[in-house]
This record gives sequence, structure tokens and C-alpha cells, in this order.
Amino acid sequence: MSFFAAVHSEITKLLSTRLWWVLALIMVGYVALCAGGLGAIFGGVGSSNNGPPIPEAQLPQLIYSFATSVGYVFPVLLGALAVTSEFRFQSLTPTFLATPRRGIVLGAKVLTLLLAGAVFGVIALIASIGAGASVLSAFGIDPLLGDAETWAFVGRSVLAMALWSAIGVGLGALVPSQIAAIVIVLAFTQFVEPLLRAAASFTDWSAQLGQFLPGSASDALVGASVYTMLSPSSVSLDWWQGGLVLAGIAAVATVIGYFTSWRRDVS
Amino acid sequence: MPTGVPIEFAHLTKSFGNVDAVSDLSVVIEPGQVTGFLGPNGAGKTTSLRMLLGLVRPSSGTATFGGTPYGRLASPLRTVGASLEAASFHPGRSARNHLAVYAQAAGLPKTAPDAALEKVGLSAYAKRRVGGYSLGMRQRLGLAFALLGDPSVLVLDEPINGLDPEGIKWIRLLLRAMAAEGRTVLISSHLLSEVQQTVDDVIIISHGKLVHRGELSSLDVSDSKQVQVNADDRDRLAEVIRQAGYQVSNLRSGVLVENAEAAEIGRLAFAAGIPLTGLSQKRTGLEESFLTLVGEEGSL
Ligand SMILES: Nc1ncnc2c1ncn2[C@@H]1O[C@H](COP(=O)(O)OP(=O)(O)OP(=O)(O)O)[C@@H](O)[C@H]1O
Ligand SMILES: [Mg+2]
Repeated sequence: MSFFAAVHSEITKLLSTRLWWVLALIMVGYVALCAGGLGAIFGGVGSSNNGPPIPEAQLPQLIYSFATSVGYVFPVLLGALAVTSEFRFQSLTPTFLATPRRGIVLGAKVLTLLLAGAVFGVIALIASIGAGASVLSAFGIDPLLGDAETWAFVGRSVLAMALWSAIGVGLGALVPSQIAAIVIVLAFTQFVEPLLRAAASFTDWSAQLGQFLPGSASDALVGASVYTMLSPSSVSLDWWQGGLVLAGIAAVATVIGYFTSWRRDVS
Repeated sequence: MPTGVPIEFAHLTKSFGNVDAVSDLSVVIEPGQVTGFLGPNGAGKTTSLRMLLGLVRPSSGTATFGGTPYGRLASPLRTVGASLEAASFHPGRSARNHLAVYAQAAGLPKTAPDAALEKVGLSAYAKRRVGGYSLGMRQRLGLAFALLGDPSVLVLDEPINGLDPEGIKWIRLLLRAMAAEGRTVLISSHLLSEVQQTVDDVIIISHGKLVHRGELSSLDVSDSKQVQVNADDRDRLAEVIRQAGYQVSNLRSGVLVENAEAAEIGRLAFAAGIPLTGLSQKRTGLEESFLTLVGEEGSL
């Protein structure tokens, strides 16, 4: 079957350059630092008896959720670079020579990056839980590792990371210029969206719209995030609705990208 | 053994905005021989080949392999091996992985990448990242990609560009051998002299239009045969030849005689007792008629 052959090929593409593990390494450092650092701050506040700002039962998930709330940019970058490097290095020529049906190639890329995003999710959660749980235990707070709810949260986080990676593929197909795609990812995730989310929470009607922002949808899917903690009154989608919003964004971007850049002449 | 399939261009046309890159190109390329696809820079060679390979959509017309467009071939890499002029690889990937990526996509055996690297003499560099390859090594890697599926048709855009003399000789033998096995071999070049010793047939285009099609020898239309000859006493040599009724002109490295056979000029010099230091028959016909065909303004 040429679809599975194409997936096989895409997996080899991903694993045969250094990009994936460089991104994974930075992600692990960043996520572990945030989770460990915030764990220490909240753990310290809690044990100093000033009254913890967050109930102890919610604290572990909040800290573990750094895997997605700061880690999601890495699968997006991985997905976007997987597509834009084909344009940049003109490797679409041999790719389309080996698999002339271009829709199959793009579909295989989406599936491969969904898998890769899930793996990134697992790695990020190992980092956030590894760092967070040890810090929490050190302060005598139960890391809730035996809790079923914690593992449901882990599953939803992995799903979120997989979907983010697919959004990256869609973005890359929509914006084939590698530099432009990277700038958009960084500017949007680190600057534009946080501002929009803050601004949206000021009025009721904008909050209704704000919950459909991809970052809010992702937090809704995961079920915990520092952002939602900072503005606890804001409305939020159900977890499955958040997942559908992310999947929808990925699908729309990929389909538009297919009809604009992917089917263009390769010269 | 793979049997070749003819390549058929039929009224193939492509315009980019108001640039007519290829206009109404109709020609058939037969298996069992090496066909040169010639034309000056910007003539439309690469564009034609990209349309043939389904990478560029024609404005009108078709390009097929025995009637089947590239996109509908059952097993494209096993049928057609292609390498295009642009360096199309991720610089961070090793040569073996580069080939493995496409071998897997095409469902080729696991051994195909190493076999192809072996054929082009890159085995020793299989694990090295392609970004560090020299121009000639990249050219060989492009060829290895073309050979991956042991195809019955080879389509190579400027395959000789960047190769050293050793490499040129090697690729010449390889292409001739593949044609002799009955495969279809099409190679493009902007220099006739580059492929002159490799091709049987030539297709010449200029400004996107077919200007000549035929055997290589059909280009040799010029009936003027020239002889280049030299001696220590060059003035006397020129005088003797001129008196024998030939038209003579002076070159930096000897005397050029129009409409002459080398043997005849040699005899003349011998009879006059002039020791020669050089004597050769010049075949200028091919390159000159090529230039006439593509026109003085043929080149960009
Ligand atoms: N993507 C494109 N957009 C616009 N014009 C193009 C494009 N590709 C090719 N052209 C134009 O089409 C014409 C033919 O180009 P092509 O690359 O096919 O020539 P070529 O015969 O391969 O030349 P060379 O010997 O330099 O490789 C040129 O005028 C070129 O500028
Ligand atoms: Mg060209």
C-alpha cells in the first residue's frame, strides 16, 4: 500500500536528521525547569503555612501541565519544519517522484507527525512529572501519581501534543517559507496569543470567542494550565471540544495548504 | 531485463505568465539508444523534463511514457529513474538515508540504496552527511537516486555538469551500456560537445520550440572539411599549400586549410621537404550547425 510506504518514508525522514532530538532536548530542559521551579515556589508557599493559593489536590496537575502549556511550541515547530524543509531544500522533487500522488504524501506527513507529536508529549510529560513530582515530594506534597485522574490528564496531554504537531504540518503547508513559518510560530505562541487570551477575558462576549483560541482549546483539552489558573473565572470548552477545535484547525490549515502550496508546480 | 518504453511529448506547451517556456513540443524518444536533449540556457529543457515527470503541470499537451503519464505509472521509480539539475536533498541527511527515504516510499528492497551507491562509486561516503558533498559527489548522488529502482527509462538533466574527466568517461560508458540493454536514455545539456561522444540521437530546442531532430550525424551538414597543420617554417608551408590551390589562413598554432584532407596536405609537405610538427583533421561541423540551429541570439 503506497500510503503506508509513504508513512514509512516520512518516519525515516524525521529520524534521519538531527532536528527531532535537538528540539526534544530543548523541550525537556525548558519543561523540567518550569515544572521544577514552579513546584518549588508553590511547594514552598504551601509549607510556609501562609495558606496555599491553590488546593493541594490541584497542584500536581497544574505543575505537570507545563508539558503542554510551555512545551506545545516544540511539536508545532517539528511539524512546520517537516513541511517547510521540503520546500527549502527542494526535496519535494524526489518526494513526488517516488510518490506522485501528492495527497498521499501530505496525508502520510500528517499521520507521521501526529505520532511524533504524541512521542514528544510523552517525553515532555516525563520531564514535567519527573521534575515536578520530585520537587512536590520534597515539600511533602502528594504528587498523586497513583491517581486515575492524573493518568487521564496524561492521556489528554499526549493527545494535545499530537494535535499541535499536526497543526504545525498545516501551518507549514500554508506558509512554505521556513523563516516565515518559524517567525509565525514563535510570535503567535509566545506573544500574540497570550495577549489575545488576556484581552479576551475582559468582556463576556470576547471571552466566548477567546475560548476558541488554539491555546485556550489546548488548555481545555488538557484540563489544567497556569493560564487558566491566572484567570480562573474565564469560560472554557469541555475537554473534547478543545480537542475538536485543535483537530479542526489542523485539518483546515492542511487542506488549504494542499490546494495552495502543495499542488503547485515544483520547479 | 527491463525493456525500454518510448517517451512521448505531444504538443507540450507551458507558459509562465507571458514567458513561453515550451511551445508545442512534439517528439518521440525511442528506447535502445541515448538521446541528447539540447538547447541553450533558458531553452526550456528543464521545464519539459519536469512536465514529463509530473512536477510541473503543462499549459496544454501531454508528456507520457508509452502513453502513461508519470503520475499513473504503477511503480514510478521502477519504471523511470530521473535526476534533475537542482540539488534536491536535505543537507543534514546521510547519502544512504537520503536514498532509503525514497526507496521506502517506492516500496523498493532494503538493499536498493547501497546497491545504487555502489554503482555510482559513493559507497565509501554512504554515512557522510550530504551537506558536505562536493559538486561532483552530489551529481553522483542524483544519479544514484535515478538508478534506485533499476528503471527501464532514464531521464537526466545535465548529468555531466560538475563531473571530472574520469567521471565523464564513466557516465558515458554507463549510459551507453544502459541503452545497449534496451533502456530509454534521455539526457539534457546546453553543450553539444559535452554529449557528442555519448548520444546517438539529438533533439534540439531553442526558445521552447523544436528546431532539430535526428541522428547525431545529421548535424554534420557542413561540407567544409578543415585541416590544421604546422611546421617550423610556417610561412613556407602556407605558401606551398596555397600554390597547390587551397585556401589558407593563419592560426596562432599553425595554418588552417579549407576543404582539405589531412593525408593530402601531409603528402604536399613531404614532397616539398617540409618537416611537419602537427597535422590534424578538424571536424567543426557539429558545433557550428548546432549554433546555427539555435541562432546567434539563441542563448540568453
Ligand atoms: N517557475 C518559473 N517561473 C517563471 N519562469 C520560469 C520558471 N521556470 C522556468 N521559467 C522560464 O522558462 C524558460 C525555460 O527555462 P528552463 O529552466 O526550462 O530552461 P533550460 O533549457 O533548462 O535552461 P538551462 O540550460 O539554463 O538549464 C526560461 O525563460 C525561464 O526563465
Ligand atoms: Mg535546465
